Amino acid sequence: MTRLFPLPVWSAVFAVAALLIVVLPVLHLAVPAGHALHVSSFWITLLGKFMCYAVVALAMDLIWGYTGILSLGQGLFFALGGYAFGMYLMRQIGRDGVYGVDLPDFMVFLDWKELPWYWAGADSFLWSMFLVVAAPGLLAFVFGFFAFRSRIKGVYFSIITQALTFAAMLAFFRNDMGFGGNNGFTDFKRILGFPVTAPEMRTLLYVLSGLYLLGALVLARWIVTSKLGRVLTAIRDQESRLMFLGYRTLYFKLAIWTLAAVMSGIAGALYVPQVGIINPSEMSPANSIEIAIWAAVGGRGTLFGPIMGAFAVNGAKSWFTVAYPEYWLYFLGLLFVLVTLLLPRGLMGLLEKLRRRRRPIDAPATAAAAPLGEVKP
Amino acid sequence: MRLVRSLIALVLLALALPASAALDAGVVAQLGADDSEVRIEAIRKLAVTQDPRAIDVLRALGDESLAVIDDGKRAVIVAGGQLSDAASGEKLGAAPSGLDPIIVNNRIRGEIGSAIAALRLGSSDRATRLAGARELQGSDNEEALPIIEAAAAKETDAEVKAVLELAGASLAIRSSDPAVRIKAAQRLAASTDPQVRQMLATLVTRQKDGSYPEPDDSVRAVVQASLNAVNERLRRTEMALALFSGLSLGSILLLAALGLAITYGLMGIINMAHGEFLMIGAYATYVVQGLFRSHFPGAFDWYVVAALPVAFIVTAAIGMALERSVLRFLYGRPLETLLTTWGVSLLLIQASRSFFGAQNVEVENPAWLSGGIALEGGYVLPFNRMVIIGFAMLVVLAVWLVINRTRLGLFVRGVTQNRAMASCTGVPTHRVDMLTFGLGSGVAGLGGVALSQIGNVGPDLGQGYIVDSFMVVVLGGVGQLAGTVIAALGLGSIAKFLEPWSGAVLAKITVLVFIILFIQKRPQGLFALRGRSAEA
Repeated sequence: MTRLFPLPVWSAVFAVAALLIVVLPVLHLAVPAGHALHVSSFWITLLGKFMCYAVVALAMDLIWGYTGILSLGQGLFFALGGYAFGMYLMRQIGRDGVYGVDLPDFMVFLDWKELPWYWAGADSFLWSMFLVVAAPGLLAFVFGFFAFRSRIKGVYFSIITQALTFAAMLAFFRNDMGFGGNNGFTDFKRILGFPVTAPEMRTLLYVLSGLYLLGALVLARWIVTSKLGRVLTAIRDQESRLMFLGYRTLYFKLAIWTLAAVMSGIAGALYVPQVGIINPSEMSPANSIEIAIWAAVGGRGTLFGPIMGAFAVNGAKSWFTVAYPEYWLYFLGLLFVLVTLLLPRGLMGLLEKLRRRRRPIDAPATAAAAPLGEVKP
Repeated sequence: MRLVRSLIALVLLALALPASAALDAGVVAQLGADDSEVRIEAIRKLAVTQDPRAIDVLRALGDESLAVIDDGKRAVIVAGGQLSDAASGEKLGAAPSGLDPIIVNNRIRGEIGSAIAALRLGSSDRATRLAGARELQGSDNEEALPIIEAAAAKETDAEVKAVLELAGASLAIRSSDPAVRIKAAQRLAASTDPQVRQMLATLVTRQKDGSYPEPDDSVRAVVQASLNAVNERLRRTEMALALFSGLSLGSILLLAALGLAITYGLMGIINMAHGEFLMIGAYATYVVQGLFRSHFPGAFDWYVVAALPVAFIVTAAIGMALERSVLRFLYGRPLETLLTTWGVSLLLIQASRSFFGAQNVEVENPAWLSGGIALEGGYVLPFNRMVIIGFAMLVVLAVWLVINRTRLGLFVRGVTQNRAMASCTGVPTHRVDMLTFGLGSGVAGLGGVALSQIGNVGPDLGQGYIVDSFMVVVLGGVGQLAGTVIAALGLGSIAKFLEPWSGAVLAKITVLVFIILFIQKRPQGLFALRGRSAEA
């Protein structure tokens, strides 16, 4: 335990987790609406969404902040996980669709008579759980294996992952893919027979997202403090030197890249039932780049940073798109420019600076957060 | 058109005077019936009268200036506040108020069109007959068949006759008599019309229940043979056309990617805002168009030419400002550059929304860029695309000259190869950085002018090109102008040749997957740099 975080940090983590995962759900379910302490379903859904995003930011941080590989395909893995679970949700609609038949509505609309082969097993909850992990994991593994084997790195890799995401988005926009085309999946009714919009189900999904975020944080912390983490940081800072030392960097990169994809995929699966829709626009290249900025705003190479970043940027987005929709893109654009120019270590770096200014003789920052020496292109 | 119309009117007058036989008043009155089927029946009956007066009646119906009076027993034409009897042409004095004209729907309108076309076959003017015959090719009014055949029999003009025979055959192939269908199918083998091919193909395609639209086996064999003949004839045209559209798409990709080949290929700056420079170039064209429209309407046709330097200067200036204010702090940090320029692209998109609105703006083709060369089979090679192919080649040539034949180009190459050494020999490297980035951005602006002539101009214009442009540069090999040209034209052609089989979207996906695979094999692109500079 104490190897991962020092005791005060553990207590802070548990305090925040308890507030998010226990107190808020209780206030949502037990306190009647209208009471001053009642937490509305709006907030539960919003925070649940943010916690899913935070896991994606954490995955992005592992692959980019610690390993130095800027993936522009994290949104694709997120959406794939979402689609995999969405298939199950679509099957759970049963005959309650608009057309009242066994097939999902969009298939009836396309005049399909039976489910395509890859929908086989979508009725089973366990199989969809498996798909949620396997679909993004397998794609990441295969793609990563070939890309890393060819020593594609740096910006090249970013651009190729972006092309992959773009191609996948175009593919999912097609009706013939059998994933609902433009509209994607929506109008979900149940999970395991329980209504998906019921407050209890919403709260359960929210709590699961919270626990998942907590688990992901501990896992990520365990990785970055382990030997594996040292190797990953070394790959970021001096990959060729590491290779000369005899490390097969291919496998390290492949492992962390696939893990990051699976983490994002599971986050997507938790995200879809909470927002009630998944469509190909989740795969747009813009979304994947936005994930990078969550990590950058919070501070790459720290673990709390990306979580904070995901909450901060998405909080700002929720506020702007309601209050000043036309200024959101200005804000986001400026965020990209200013954070990379002026705050290369994000909010965490800023906090650190402030703290050090207050206590100048304090010990230096944690080792993992320190270097930002860029890998050569 | 007006001349033709008055000619027709004269001819009709000449014909009508001696004959002066009125149309069947009962049939004419049926045009105002409530039931669409009855009205179509009446229109078809009028189409076979060969009476020129019927054209006036049908045209009045089409213009919604025909009305029925006397409880639907008499149809009248309302023209300039005067009534006249539709069947006889008799003047009936001033039109009463409150007379409701017969409303026609699209189906009826189509019937009117082919009926008038059938009637026009009787005209003595060749152009009128030809237009009428063309129009009848798409009709399914079987009652017109005898007229068409009669007209074809006495037609002396070869072209009109050929069109008539095709139109006749297109109708006859729906006949209930297999012998007639066989004859029609044989005649259709001479067609070069994609519509005819479509129709023939439908006849021999097996339906879901296993039957064919054409039930008779022997007839189907003849149809198949004719279809093959038509296909054979159209194939060459279509190959040429696919080549042309491939070249056209390739040249568009080239214009979009050429600037990137400079900024990314030569300088190594990942400019995700590159697409937005295209967008700015297109908006610059829009603004120049507006200026020409209000200040020099006489020279409006040449606004595109004037837009070229404007777009170049505007985008180059914005590019240089970006390089000086932001990018130069990020040299050597390509991933950060990627994110920053992405942010810049968001800012530029939103700025263009604020200035010009979120809707697409209208950029009009000047006269010399509209239209095209008509090919056999109804295909057209548009002028704007031809000009863009030539323009892309010119821009490539210009960039090549700048890079290889000017002092600036020498500096650019020097800084690319060895910045420190170039600096030591007195090359102002920062100035060169700025100018190179300006050149790349300016070329994107030129691409934007071209794009404005073929597609929508809106704030999101650039977003559609950014992935494609990077793919072109990556495939061509970083730092290689020739590689960029070949990659752009190659990708364009592959996409267009795949399109007939797989549809546009799948073709695009295939191309992207192909590039991803190709990069595995040759990470340096088509044209790899060799030697020392490869490691830089």
